[in-house]
Amino acid sequence: MRQSERASTGPGARLDRREFLKAGAAAAAIAVSGSALIHAGEAWGLEVRTLQPATVRTLILMARDIYPHDRLADKYYAIAIKPWDIKAAQDAATRTMLEDGVATLDGFAKARHRQPYVDVAWEADRVVLLRHIQDGAFFETVRSGLIVSLYNQHEIWPLFGYEGESAAKGGYIHRGFNDLEWL
Amino acid sequence: MAQFDRNDDSVVVIVGSGAGGGTLGTDLARRGINTVILEAGARYEIEDFVNDEWASFGQLAWTDARTTSGTWRVHRNFPNLPAWIVKAVGGTSIHWAGASLRLQEHEFRTRSVYGGLGGANLLDWPITLAEMEPWYAKAEDRMGTTRTNNIPGLPGNNNFKVLEAGARKIGYKEVNTGRMSINSEPRDGRGACQQIGFCFQGCKSGAKWSTLYAEIPKGEATGKLEVREQCQVLHIEHDARGLVTGVVYADKDGALQRQKARVVAVAGNSLESPRLLLNSASSMFPDGLANSSGQVGRNYMRHTTGSVYAIFDKPVHMYRGTTMAGVVRDEAVNDSSRGFVGGYELETLSLGFAFTAAFLDPGAWGRSFTSALDSYDHMAGLWIVGEDMPQETNRVTLDPVVRDRFGMPVASVHFDDHANDLAMRAHAYDRGRAIYEAVGAVRTFPTPPYPSTHNLGTNRMSEKPRDGVVNKWGQTHDIRNLFIADGSQFTTGGAENPTLTIVALATRQADTIAGMMARKEI
Ligand SMILES: Cc1cc2nc3c(=O)[nH]c(=O)nc-3n(C[C@H](O)[C@H](O)[C@H](O)COP(=O)(O)OP(=O)(O)OC[C@H]3O[C@@H](n4cnc5c(N)ncnc54)[C@H](O)[C@@H]3O)c2cc1C
Ligand code: SF4
Repeated sequence: MRQSERASTGPGARLDRREFLKAGAAAAAIAVSGSALIHAGEAWGLEVRTLQPATVRTLILMARDIYPHDRLADKYYAIAIKPWDIKAAQDAATRTMLEDGVATLDGFAKARHRQPYVDVAWEADRVVLLRHIQDGAFFETVRSGLIVSLYNQHEIWPLFGYEGESAAKGGYIHRGFNDLEWL
Repeated sequence: MAQFDRNDDSVVVIVGSGAGGGTLGTDLARRGINTVILEAGARYEIEDFVNDEWASFGQLAWTDARTTSGTWRVHRNFPNLPAWIVKAVGGTSIHWAGASLRLQEHEFRTRSVYGGLGGANLLDWPITLAEMEPWYAKAEDRMGTTRTNNIPGLPGNNNFKVLEAGARKIGYKEVNTGRMSINSEPRDGRGACQQIGFCFQGCKSGAKWSTLYAEIPKGEATGKLEVREQCQVLHIEHDARGLVTGVVYADKDGALQRQKARVVAVAGNSLESPRLLLNSASSMFPDGLANSSGQVGRNYMRHTTGSVYAIFDKPVHMYRGTTMAGVVRDEAVNDSSRGFVGGYELETLSLGFAFTAAFLDPGAWGRSFTSALDSYDHMAGLWIVGEDMPQETNRVTLDPVVRDRFGMPVASVHFDDHANDLAMRAHAYDRGRAIYEAVGAVRTFPTPPYPSTHNLGTNRMSEKPRDGVVNKWGQTHDIRNLFIADGSQFTTGGAENPTLTIVALATRQADTIAGMMARKEI
């Protein structure tokens, strides 16, 4: 796991057991501070304007659980979710859909684990919760949005070995279009 | 560049500037015939193209509303995107990959060869391969198709190397880098392929044939062709004799205009062409123009497609170089012992990372999906192109509710696979998997059909007026000065990518129209 390991060995290791369990939860990587989300480990913050910060924090974890890539830092999921805060500001229906959707998800989480979604520690348990809602409009809206907002971030392409734009570099004619030798 | 008066009723009006319309317009102009192409999309040039899948999609694709129904998975995953085609000058010849294969002899006579097949509305073409051969030869020459006219084949990229090795290992013989309308060496004022790898986003080197830069400018240079961009034709008008007299279109400012015409040729691709005929219904033609057979919009075909992607323990980088870099043709024969009639081609295909995420398994999520993307650079891919069965119920109609910004009802596309299509796809998935497993694939995926790139059959060609919409010249049976110049003419789809046939038919049709005009038959 990402942040939980650091939390148990770094300065936070002196936390008492209850707090330690909390820190061990996946979303502990991202803290809510006023209207902002703070990611100490990755050293970034995100100002949330319209949605509740806790809602955005849940959406970011949900994004990772829907499309988990261990090689991707949380910031890419945060960037993928951020546009929802802007859309929510422009459209009350979107705002309600997201707030209600997260509330429903948290409801399932509390019924099963007595904790909101972000505090359910294991990915496998959270995925079971997502399966409960996967046929609903909320899940589908968030998931389908990620297809573009996550995977079209050009910054992540090199992490998957995709080289992107090629015409300006002269194409691949001298850059390995037929360099495969292992067959 | 020519500019014709809207009241000039001596011009030929062509609707759409893609593979069919752009070719026809250029050829008519070369023959000295005044021609106006009305194109709904805008004009972009090579320097405007972007090597970025979503940005390019936003620039070029037809994203105006369409609706869908039926059991095809596209309806579930992309309910408003039945087809992935272009709205721009040059049409889908900007997007296309360049594969240029002739239809086979038996594919012009499927009713005779395949027999009656439950649910399939099979019909023989009113033309034969022998009749088409000279036109195919002309088309290959104008498009610079590799492996014809002494043009060498393209070099194979990594994706092709994997396909070729696997295919040979399981015994396939006809495996090569295909017949591609992409320059393997400089020709026709255009350079050779730089293996850029964004063929679907518009070829930035101009090596790939497109009506946008390989045809239309030649037509314009004659002073006989005017291309009016951002002009969407809304309906076709006719007179009391039942002959067409012109079209009404919305210009780039949304203002309605009327262009008079001596002849109208519709080439809006197989969703828009029937939409336009149906939307032109009048008291004389209550079911739409040229629709006395009731076949306008019916028999919609999209090829039996699907992809197989495979992951290897070593890198492939499939996205480098030509998108469609080679073909296996052994399964393109008609051999009903496989459990279906007709055949299919297997062609390499690659998508960039962004489109792989969107199309590998639409709607999927979780680690099974993401672990596949994690191996993106170790992936190879192929695309299945097989003959699908025409069915009367697979059809384009006018949506009863949804209208576009000009108030024109949008195209509604209904599609169900025929049992033959399903059997063929299952067979092709299996063979694709076998190809890749033969060279050590650790994981393979059957990827469902994308939104349709090949759209065919909705104004089909028939010998008898009661069986189809146009005759062997693409002239509508009902109205002698109304023609269809795009893939909607196809009586059946064959196993081959359609554009070479569309261009060959348009080249032939230009000859026909010029002759009929000279003889004052139209
Ligand atoms: C990604 C992709 C890859 C492909 N690869 C291949 C390949 O390798 N080989 C092959 O053979 N084929 C390929 N194709 C298919 C090929 O591009 C099409 O078959 C071909 O372009 C169709 O030609 P067309 O003239 O029928 O229509 P199009 O080329 O689509 O042109 C139709 C034009 O009409 C315009 N139009 C529509 N309605 C109106 C209206 N009412 N008023 C004015 N204008 C209108 C549209 O905007 C469009 O520009 C591919 C397609 C795609 C999408
Ligand atoms: S690979 Fe060749 S054909 Fe395709 S876009 Fe690049 S230069 Fe053009």
